[in-house]
Amino acid sequence: MELAEAIILAVLAASTPLLIAATGELVTERSGVLNLGVEGMMIVGAACGFAGAWLTGSIFIGALFGIAAGTLMSLIFALMALGLAVNQVATGLALTILGVGLSGLIGAGFVGERITPAVHLTIPGLTDIPLIGRVLFGEDAFVYFSIALIIGVWWFLYRSRAGLILRACGDNHVSAHALGYPVLRIRTFAVMFGGACAGLAGAYLPLAYTPFFIPGMTAGRGWIALALVVFSSWRPGRLVVGAYLFGAVTILQLHAQGWGVGIPSQFMSALPYLATVTVLVLLSRTRTGGSTAPAALGTVFVPDR
Amino acid sequence: MQAHQRMFDPTSNGLHSGEPPLLQTLGLTKCYGDFLANDSIDIDIWPKEIHALLGENGAGKSTLVKAIYGLIQPSAGEIRWQGKPIVLSGPSEARSRGIGMVFQHFSLFDNLTVAENVALGLDGRESFKDMSARLEQVSKTYGLPLDPKREVWQLSVGERQRIEIVRALMQDPKFLILDEPTAVLTPQEADQLFTVLERLKAEGRAILYISHKLEEVKRLCDTATILRGGKQVETCNPRLETAASLARMMVGSEIKQVKAPAGRKTTVPRLVVNDLSLARGEAHRVRLEHISFELKGGEILGIAGVAGNGQDELFAALSGERLSKDPGTVVIEGIAAGHLSITRRRKLGAAFVPEERLGHGTAPRMKLSENALLTGHAASGMVHHGFIDTAATLKTVDRATETFDVRKAKRDPEAASLSGGNLQKFIVGREILRNPAVLVVSQPTWGVDAGAAAVIRQALLDLATAGAAVLVTSQDLDELAEIADRIAVMFHGRLSAPLATSEATREKLGLLMGGSSLEPKEAAHAVGA
Repeated sequence: MELAEAIILAVLAASTPLLIAATGELVTERSGVLNLGVEGMMIVGAACGFAGAWLTGSIFIGALFGIAAGTLMSLIFALMALGLAVNQVATGLALTILGVGLSGLIGAGFVGERITPAVHLTIPGLTDIPLIGRVLFGEDAFVYFSIALIIGVWWFLYRSRAGLILRACGDNHVSAHALGYPVLRIRTFAVMFGGACAGLAGAYLPLAYTPFFIPGMTAGRGWIALALVVFSSWRPGRLVVGAYLFGAVTILQLHAQGWGVGIPSQFMSALPYLATVTVLVLLSRTRTGGSTAPAALGTVFVPDR
Repeated sequence: MQAHQRMFDPTSNGLHSGEPPLLQTLGLTKCYGDFLANDSIDIDIWPKEIHALLGENGAGKSTLVKAIYGLIQPSAGEIRWQGKPIVLSGPSEARSRGIGMVFQHFSLFDNLTVAENVALGLDGRESFKDMSARLEQVSKTYGLPLDPKREVWQLSVGERQRIEIVRALMQDPKFLILDEPTAVLTPQEADQLFTVLERLKAEGRAILYISHKLEEVKRLCDTATILRGGKQVETCNPRLETAASLARMMVGSEIKQVKAPAGRKTTVPRLVVNDLSLARGEAHRVRLEHISFELKGGEILGIAGVAGNGQDELFAALSGERLSKDPGTVVIEGIAAGHLSITRRRKLGAAFVPEERLGHGTAPRMKLSENALLTGHAASGMVHHGFIDTAATLKTVDRATETFDVRKAKRDPEAASLSGGNLQKFIVGREILRNPAVLVVSQPTWGVDAGAAAVIRQALLDLATAGAAVLVTSQDLDELAEIADRIAVMFHGRLSAPLATSEATREKLGLLMGGSSLEPKEAAHAVGA
């Protein structure tokens, strides 16, 4: 019983950064931009988030630092890929390389320092309910925020006019431009939202997951978030399922090693990617028509004036 | 006659005394670098008028309407709306003033629903629910039925155009611009569109109608402004002109008539297609079903049909871009070739000219000689022991240039630097110079100026006279009537039985293009089944 609760708690904690980063990337990709720099934006968010929290003693300000850092990183991407119409794949990869280096530089002075991690909610009575008490009523603010975030994004995309326009830009930027929508401006906002989310997801790691900073602590989570967006076929509902599934895989991999199950840990680490490939194959086989990916994804747009 | 007077005497305001035109451009000029896309255009649009804008590709029609719709800013000159000068910051401002536009290349979103597409074209002041209700009402009023919940990729081209029109009408525009609206419609669908346009005119709206179908313009339009090379050539009453005189104004010179050479004989079957079926290659595509025909040497078979009914797929199956499991489905020169690659088919004597000039017919950033090699390597002696014979490739370019009057800046430029018509002449020339036994050509004169079109059509006729079998896919019924001996129609991946061109009236072809059968009995049977 206690082990089950511990596993669920660990899965939630491991899934939350994936969910936040992937939610941001989902919005970016829905606007037609492929930003492969999630890993880079996350790691810079982690370094700056820790720095902010360590300097001010406030987890909240640390999180804001992470968001700001991720957004700034995404603005570099927006300048290159949208402003100068550079190839998005190359720019995104460069952004990740830049981010890894930059985070090492920013975080160098903070390695070995510790902070008090984000507090968990306690509601007397409710939090003490066995099994589900701590899962539902004893999480940190990041976990609740991530769920509010994805619900908000779902509402935005499917219920608001701004979301419709954003999806339209991702489907056909030429048409969107012809109807008079500022495609590049809309995409810049989408990229910035993606950056803010990635920064926050990165900051979650040293602020709540482990209370210290080490270089390279995102450990490929940015790539998993990217795979997750594809896995979800660009739908918020499936994204939630996928995030917890991928989070569960990473946690089970640790426990499996602990229990001495004879599956190589490398295979378990590769599972999220295998799952993504499988989903892609299944989607393309069962598809009756229409395209699952935003049709303009990753293509450069230069408006004529 | 009153209307006629106005057209030729701008000072007499007999019909519109006192009031200014609805929309007016004064010296409207747009340049891109040194290139003058529009050179001082003056155009007056009045309410209750259908005004045609005529011109060849590159004459500046699109540039002009883009400026009127606020998509681009003019370099000089002004636009007046109801007598007052205006500067349009963008299409949404144009829409809010009462200017609507139906694009030639639809500005639709394939993966969104009809209602969402319409919503995107409006200013968003009403709720989605109210908008959907109004959509239904407008589409009913004008006889343009639409299902708001369907996604656009599921709809036919005609239905897609309906979305564009309904979307424009929902803003209750005073002035509506239509860019080549009938290019993708069957004759019957075009007639329905004309009824809608007449009704809009009667309601007091003005329409700017861009087209290069002259008969249509003569039938529908009250005034015509003709552009050539960015300049305004003439404003006239199209009903008082002949199609030939309008064409002369568009082109600036007489167009050579295409002549079928005498002494054409049909010989042995050179291209035979037997019960060819092909599954859908990818999403949004058509599947080919039981296609059969026989094409003899000396014969030109035309394939008509609305775009997207399987013509591209048929071309891919014939050229070998898509292979068939059953070799016997495509027979070239008596040899079963359904399973053979493009190169093997070329070696059998077939040649192919796809619809897309840049990217399919040629590699845009490669020189013409390299592009000649790309299709000529198989059978034209351009490669010796794996080495390219540069002299031979250049010779092909020179011969194509001479024979087909390809105009270019230097001897061997990049393909992308040629104009559409000249590049098309080069591609057709490149294939014809290989002396093919079978030529499959798709949309040979699409987007090509009238002069180049005549050269290409003549070349196809001459090739047939020389004994080759020619298969021409085209959406231009006049073109097919001019050169084809028989015409078949593609609809939903099926090919009708060919009709002799003399019997293939517009009405019959139109019915086939819309999916109806010519024999009433069969149609009844089909409904019952």
